[in-house]
Amino acid sequence: MTTTEPTIDPAPDAPAVAATILGIESSCDETAAAVVVGAQSVLSSVVSSQVDLHARYGGVVPEIASRAHVELLTPVVAQAVVEAGIENDQIEAVAATTGPGLIGSLLVGVSAAKALALVWDVPFVSVNHLEAHLYASFLEEPDLEMPLVVLLVSGGHTMLVLMTGHGRYEVLGSTLDDAAGEAFDKVARYLGLGYPGGPAIDALAMEGDPEAIRFPRALQNDGLNFSFSGLKTAVVNHVRKNPDASTADVAASFQAAVVDVLVAKARTAAQDVGAKGLCLAGGVAANSQLRETLLDVCVSDGMRGFLPSRSMCTDNAAMVAAAGWWRLQSDGPAGLDTGANPSVGLP
Amino acid sequence: MLILGIESATDQVGSAIGGHEGVIASAHSARGRRHAETLTPQIDFVRRQAQVELAEISVVAVDLGPGLYTGLRVGISTATAIAHALGVPMIGVSSLDLVAFPVRFTSRLIVAALDARRGEVFHAFYRQVPGGVQRVTDYRVATPDDLASELLAVNEECLLVGDGALRYAATFAGLQRVEIVEQGLSHPNARSLVQLAHAQALREEFVKPWEIKPLYLRKPDAEINWSTREGA
Ligand SMILES: [Zn+2]
Repeated sequence: MTTTEPTIDPAPDAPAVAATILGIESSCDETAAAVVVGAQSVLSSVVSSQVDLHARYGGVVPEIASRAHVELLTPVVAQAVVEAGIENDQIEAVAATTGPGLIGSLLVGVSAAKALALVWDVPFVSVNHLEAHLYASFLEEPDLEMPLVVLLVSGGHTMLVLMTGHGRYEVLGSTLDDAAGEAFDKVARYLGLGYPGGPAIDALAMEGDPEAIRFPRALQNDGLNFSFSGLKTAVVNHVRKNPDASTADVAASFQAAVVDVLVAKARTAAQDVGAKGLCLAGGVAANSQLRETLLDVCVSDGMRGFLPSRSMCTDNAAMVAAAGWWRLQSDGPAGLDTGANPSVGLP
Repeated sequence: MLILGIESATDQVGSAIGGHEGVIASAHSARGRRHAETLTPQIDFVRRQAQVELAEISVVAVDLGPGLYTGLRVGISTATAIAHALGVPMIGVSSLDLVAFPVRFTSRLIVAALDARRGEVFHAFYRQVPGGVQRVTDYRVATPDDLASELLAVNEECLLVGDGALRYAATFAGLQRVEIVEQGLSHPNARSLVQLAHAQALREEFVKPWEIKPLYLRKPDAEINWSTREGA
């Protein structure tokens, strides 16, 4: 594996380095807008979570999410501009997540972003949601060295991505069934901890013994792909057989199993490719145990470890604006006939 | 006063610009489910055809539905963002009103019926009044069979208009005093939207961009299932 310097080939009409970009994110259940200058300086980042709307269903209901985005988007955009302390005419490009995500939700953000770009006569930029998660780290730590391995873990995705340069990715491994965040949600629902499951299990696990129950670590020493569906079944079976088991112990042991697998594979991947750094991205990256364990590994391997702040791990529009800045540099603006692509992978 | 009208509540996507002198440019296209891809370039095209700058627009009118959810949301998100960016007020008009309006030159009962998918139609009844139509029922969703029974019961000459009427033409064909309007008038029309919005604008019946609410007429399935479960 050779080292690639973080270089890009600028598009002919690439914007000024300090371009002020409005980012819009509506791929799932967060309606978000942010103003970021030059993929570095976050002037504002507003996130309106719909979590309360979906909580009683135990997961995101696409139709409810789409309806909420329609109501929330304009106020959220307005708030982001006000909080940034700028006027509308200072915005030099509008970037929106065009996929992957829920089609009805994506289209709300894409439609609004293109309309704003049309009225303001500025470029519209199409942003890949997964790429945006990767750029959350660069937003907080612009001098991260490549090659870099990113563990992207959320309710919809679990993957190990090798970044050799800006816009240059290789997916080293991904989940064969459930995403890690999905496993947290399912187990939390089964344990009666409510939705979303990640924070609930994270909190309860602190009171439990992570070694109380030895749950399976699927594929731990077998390649870089993940599998979490068996783990959920194991938790259900254990609780059925041991109805008196401490819920905190179950939560802690379950979390330990997930974290062990995630960290072991991220470490293997980083060693395999000779990565200079390892970093986290996605909503599950807010998990305390995962953050702690990953940093420990980086320290003992003499590798740079980077954890974006919790608010930058979960869905937000600052990361969209940042990724948009890089896309604008490399690809130029997207057409106003751009639609949404619910199942697109990393570019 | 210049009004930009945007409608995309059915398979069709339409935009128009007009004001006191009537509609000065419009475009419509119906190429399947490509509302988001079609709408923004279409607005730019209509704006050029009208030879105006978007900054000259003083009101944004939008079709509120009922209709196909995705198309509806694309139209409303686009219209709302434009109004917000321009800092101008909005006017919302129902898709059913838009379908009834062009066939107003009749003393018959006008029945607007749009395809609601899932074997249902959105519908409302209208009467001609000077300069337009007046809605005489709520906006409703029903099966074509239920609407046919209702038309049988009202027992008067009816003009049935909209893509819902055409889709379920076989259900309505047997009704003696019902005539179905041809395809050219079966979608909500952005020209009518600008005309109707103009009348409302003169009365200053504006709403703020964040007050625009789509007319879904149906709750999300999850909510329906939930309340059924709660009630059980
Ligand atoms: Zn995400």
